[in-house]
Amino acid sequence: MAASEHTALQFTPVLSSSSLLAKVHPLVIFNICDCYVRRPDQAERVIGTLLGSVLPDGTVDIRNSYAVPHNESSDQVALDIDYHHNMLLSHQKVNPKEAIVGWYSTGLGVTGGSALIHEFYSREVPNPIHLTVDTGFRNGEGTIKAYVSVNLSLGDCQLAVQFQEIPVDLRMVEAEQVGFDILKTPMVDKIPSDLEGMEASMQRLLALIDDVHKYVDDVVEGHTASDSSIGRFISETVASLPKLLPSAFDKLVNDNLQLCGYLDIGGFLSD
Amino acid sequence: MANNSGNMARSFLQVASTEEVAPSLRVVQIEGLVILKIIKHCKEFSPALVTGQLLGLDVGSVLEVTNCFPFPIREEDEEIEADGANYQLEMMRCLREVNVDNNTVGWYQSTLLGSFQTVELIETFMNYQENIRRCVCIIYDPSRSNQGVLALKALKLSDAFMELYRSNNFTGEKLRERNLSWVDIFEEIPIKVSNSALISAFMTELEADSPITQCDYDRLQLSTNPFMERNVEFLIECMDELSMEQQKFQFYYRNLSRQQAQQQAWLQKRRSENMARKAAGEDPLPEEDPSNPIFKPIPEPSRLDSFLITNQIANFCNQINGVSGQSFNRLYLMKALQDS
Repeated sequence: MAASEHTALQFTPVLSSSSLLAKVHPLVIFNICDCYVRRPDQAERVIGTLLGSVLPDGTVDIRNSYAVPHNESSDQVALDIDYHHNMLLSHQKVNPKEAIVGWYSTGLGVTGGSALIHEFYSREVPNPIHLTVDTGFRNGEGTIKAYVSVNLSLGDCQLAVQFQEIPVDLRMVEAEQVGFDILKTPMVDKIPSDLEGMEASMQRLLALIDDVHKYVDDVVEGHTASDSSIGRFISETVASLPKLLPSAFDKLVNDNLQLCGYLDIGGFLSD
Repeated sequence: MANNSGNMARSFLQVASTEEVAPSLRVVQIEGLVILKIIKHCKEFSPALVTGQLLGLDVGSVLEVTNCFPFPIREEDEEIEADGANYQLEMMRCLREVNVDNNTVGWYQSTLLGSFQTVELIETFMNYQENIRRCVCIIYDPSRSNQGVLALKALKLSDAFMELYRSNNFTGEKLRERNLSWVDIFEEIPIKVSNSALISAFMTELEADSPITQCDYDRLQLSTNPFMERNVEFLIECMDELSMEQQKFQFYYRNLSRQQAQQQAWLQKRRSENMARKAAGEDPLPEEDPSNPIFKPIPEPSRLDSFLITNQIANFCNQINGVSGQSFNRLYLMKALQDS
């Protein structure tokens, strides 16, 4: 591929009027990190395609990704286009709704070579998103940024391609469902069973209730300034406990207990 | 000098000739990446059941699963079968180019409420076992995971069962001989989860600061009735199937005893005939007659199906136990909240 004729600029504050938002699922981050760890020794960074869909409100939902082998030197970048197309076809056999929405690269910031790659991807999809994942933790944290390209032109003459940053929404809901404890530590000895998980949740709930209790006590005794919005929130929460007559509530609870008890006994007997 | 080298040569030969005893599989180590991929694939297509391939390494007594890829939903068409094989080869080739472990170690499949013990599962196992020395099947249940539990299981067939299956002989005495009962068909292997340092750094950072997570919301939900209902429905269906199997066995035993009675009667008649012939000085007739239909052995129905059904029932019961345990906890919590 020829050297780039365009220059790439990079702007950090989001001043554009576009309301484009990128939603990134945790699987994408996992994929990118895994590919980075497995990259060939001479490569400094990993480049790959992002798959997902565009939601009706314009948000780009990035759900999956795969790495594409590439060769990079000081001013040239070569991407294995056949590989990219083959993987795309394979992925679409499983999930035809996943389409290309952009590309990713590891490392902080946008480089000259990125403009070329971005141009290639803009031929595949109208407005590709460029995601950078800083695996080097250069700012002391792992920064994940997304950019779109905007053409800068003067009249009819195109001057440059500008990478504008767009906000990224990291949807960690799925990761939360699995449990961050399992995904965070380098080694987990066993997956927690139902009751252990239940215990952990109840402990968290208990801790929260204790905190709220302490806060209310502090406010009443005058140690902390009272915040009326928090107070209203707390009263709403307490009021949302349904007000049943104690007898009705007891009956409800006992019925449920009986049902669970019967099924439990049934389970034991058939064992 | 010559003696020494002679000794060494002998010991080398001894080493080369002793067979390596493979250590038994004790734990399956899965990467967080694989778990997320499996969850994504199974959830996207739920309630349809989907499968995929597991890739990784077989190291000593640990089976490491480092990556996986999903299979497209297969149609029953003949030409699409070839497509399926092509897809698999293509995926493995592409993944090898990005340095992913190119070694198949098993497959994963999703299940509905734990009803996965079928003959197809056993046959798939046997197919895989022919090519791979150690393979494992990971079962994921998306419906149970809505309750806040990560319902992931690693299974493999026990060796004794595999030998028996190969000989295709499931009669009662063979099973009694081997002391094999329905619990011995599948072995569940404990799962360990591992993550690379890079990804654990990212996840630690990306973890939301809120003290309570989606997982907790799922677990503390009070309505479990639909889940329990479906579990009990499945349980009832399994009981029906089990009773049908038992009826089959009763029928077989009744036929067997009737046939034996017939054989005895025929034998008596033959013996008395022979006595008469001996008295008359003629040759006695043989005491067996294979062409007589009452001597035809009746095939014993295979016990495999009833074993599998019993396994499923046990699974459902365990699930119900688990859910009721959770419900008890929740109800007591509610009671305490209300009282205060």
